Amino acid sequence: MAECVNDSDEDSRIAYGDYVVLKRGEVFKSVQVENKKKVIFEKQWFFMDNAVGQLYGTMFEIVAGGSLKHKPVKRAGDSLDSKEAGQDNRHIVDDGRSQKLTRDDIETLKEQGLKGQEIVQQLIDNSTTFKDKTEFAQEKYIKKKKKKYESDITVLKPSTRLLAMMYHGREPGKICHLRYDTLAQMLTLGNIHAGSKIIVFETCAGLVLGSVMERMGGFGSVIQMFPGGGPTRAGMESFGFPSHFHQTLHEFPLCKVNAVLAGKLDLSEKDTENSRSEETAAEKNSEAQSMEISLDPQEQMRIAERDRLRELRAQEKKVKMEEKRKKLASAAALLQDRNADGLVIASRFHPCPVLMGLLKFVAPSRPFVVYCQYREPLIECYNKLREQGGVINLRLTDSWLRHYQVLPNRTHPVLLMSGGGGYLLSGTTVDAGTAKTKNPHKSEEPDAKRLKLEEKASSCDSSV
Amino acid sequence: MSFVEYSELIQEGDVVIIFMGHDSMMPIKVQSGAQTQTRYGVIRHSSDLIGQRFGSKVTCSKGGWVYVLHPTPELWTINLPHRTQILYTTDIANITLMLELKPGSVVCESGTGSGSLSHSILRTIAPTGHLHTVEFHSQRAEKAMQEFKEHKVSHLVTVRNQDVCKDGFGITGVADAVFLDIPSPWEAISHAKKALKYKGGRLCSFSPCIEQVQRTCEALLDHGFEEICTLEVLLRVHDVRTVTLPLPDFGPEEYYADSTQTTSDISQEDVNTSVICRTATPPREMAGHTGYLTFSSKPRDQRCE
Repeated sequence: MAECVNDSDEDSRIAYGDYVVLKRGEVFKSVQVENKKKVIFEKQWFFMDNAVGQLYGTMFEIVAGGSLKHKPVKRAGDSLDSKEAGQDNRHIVDDGRSQKLTRDDIETLKEQGLKGQEIVQQLIDNSTTFKDKTEFAQEKYIKKKKKKYESDITVLKPSTRLLAMMYHGREPGKICHLRYDTLAQMLTLGNIHAGSKIIVFETCAGLVLGSVMERMGGFGSVIQMFPGGGPTRAGMESFGFPSHFHQTLHEFPLCKVNAVLAGKLDLSEKDTENSRSEETAAEKNSEAQSMEISLDPQEQMRIAERDRLRELRAQEKKVKMEEKRKKLASAAALLQDRNADGLVIASRFHPCPVLMGLLKFVAPSRPFVVYCQYREPLIECYNKLREQGGVINLRLTDSWLRHYQVLPNRTHPVLLMSGGGGYLLSGTTVDAGTAKTKNPHKSEEPDAKRLKLEEKASSCDSSV
Repeated sequence: MSFVEYSELIQEGDVVIIFMGHDSMMPIKVQSGAQTQTRYGVIRHSSDLIGQRFGSKVTCSKGGWVYVLHPTPELWTINLPHRTQILYTTDIANITLMLELKPGSVVCESGTGSGSLSHSILRTIAPTGHLHTVEFHSQRAEKAMQEFKEHKVSHLVTVRNQDVCKDGFGITGVADAVFLDIPSPWEAISHAKKALKYKGGRLCSFSPCIEQVQRTCEALLDHGFEEICTLEVLLRVHDVRTVTLPLPDFGPEEYYADSTQTTSDISQEDVNTSVICRTATPPREMAGHTGYLTFSSKPRDQRCE
């Protein structure tokens, strides 16, 4: 029992407000635990309330009324042992009459509230051919029925692994068809780790951002560049990060990048808007005052209340704008240093201008990685980088992922493979300046020798 | 400099990576007064390296130049001295994600080997995690310890020289993840289970042969591991190049046209003799099989509930 105390159970228990991942078989769904809120998963609906207080990793089954019931793992009756089996299928005929239970019978069993396991047992008992099947075929039959009739759901703590598999399985279009092994390589090739300063540009619902933040563990800083009006973070919120992680996260609009690069970002722009709204409020106040004289006390009270509310709203708006301005300023300051430790790009936009624009913020000798669902845009990127210089070790890659079924006497690759996980372009930044010359006597060398050295340097250049 | 922390300037004692061209890099330990020979000339550490910025171009004595790079586990993997067969970045990336490693993770590893995966794990779990790595070959164990010290990550790792299949990892109930790269991983599953936290954790075993995978999966099932998943990841590299495809010559079109058009036809032929395409091709030889990765989860110990 002593070793149990080693782990703090507190953060291992499911609580209201937690983001969790539901798992049934190999299907995942991310939800937030809320009071008496209906959740729909795998064609079933239920409430999460009974899961609160339980430990992550607990398995539940859905009972009548949609509540979850804790299911102890591996009950004695779980193993359906069948001792009798056939050798081959030479005598098995597909006449459609092997199962003696009718469809109506099965529906009746369901309505009686029978457990899935019991239904499966009934199906086995009423199958005339089950005993004639081979042992392998029997196992396969049981597995198939269990999958259909048992409704075990496991509640898991979210992680990059689970969320990446979930998105790729359920909504690949939202993450530009980024497969989880490709995401794994992005994090490694980008050398994402605690204490670094990483720039992220993504339109993958926040999944890439969340995975970067997970690897940084709340140390260092992340600057999320976003297109349009604001960053998308639904995927990142599903990670359920503690609040101090959010203090490492900054955001910056892509449409102001040119201003930062030119050193002309106008942080006082918002102040103008603020003062304009103040003027408007003042005008309205003076209008209201002039009307006050001619109105009865009841009207005056209503007007006063309206003025107060208007003031409150103006105040709130001002505070929000000030916060936004501060965020913009702090993100801009981080960018202006041009010493980021890495750059991660995964978006539906053409990657070439994004990379050329954002690479300027990265320090020398730092990795960058660009994802694209298609190869051709990255070929263009590769060529532009070669022309521009300032990078080495350019690599255009993709990967091929294959799963295996490993069971006694029936081991083989799983038949269906993912058809494409996208492409990666990765490299390392270097100083774009000219090589420093340490040897002042070099100019005295004979012309012929210098020409030869230049040829050598040139060949080195071409091989980069 | 450190493998787990970026810095801007090169200092004495740093390990730096010298980039001399595509597929041509070498690691150097920076020391005052030392010199390093390259095919582009001599690099003098005191004047050419110390105090310089990572990523700089350095001119060598013969007038050639090289780049000086900040070390990362990925660059180290490509350049490290081999004492064993090693894992490469593609497998390492998937191991890291599927084991759910992050800052603060406690990881057990065996064997240490040449330390390729070890450096990646240390990078990912720093600054608050710890790696317990086991290597039964005493010289390899000592060499690994020495390298961790040189790379300034020894505070994050404990190296034990023992047989993991007999003696385990040296810890009980503290690991979030276990990684095995040994010939008989099925013999170490019980020790892996003991090393993992009682609330559960992740395990990965790397094996080149499918028979090893089969025995490992049997052992995992016997010890109550769940979510067993075996996969293989293969990397494809694309060489970007420009190719010129010549157009076929069907002869002049004069047989169909009036003789007055002959002159313009000839001039058009010159323009359309070939087409230039930008493309990417696979290299002549592609990295093939490295090994199967078998992942699984240890569920929570039941008696604690």
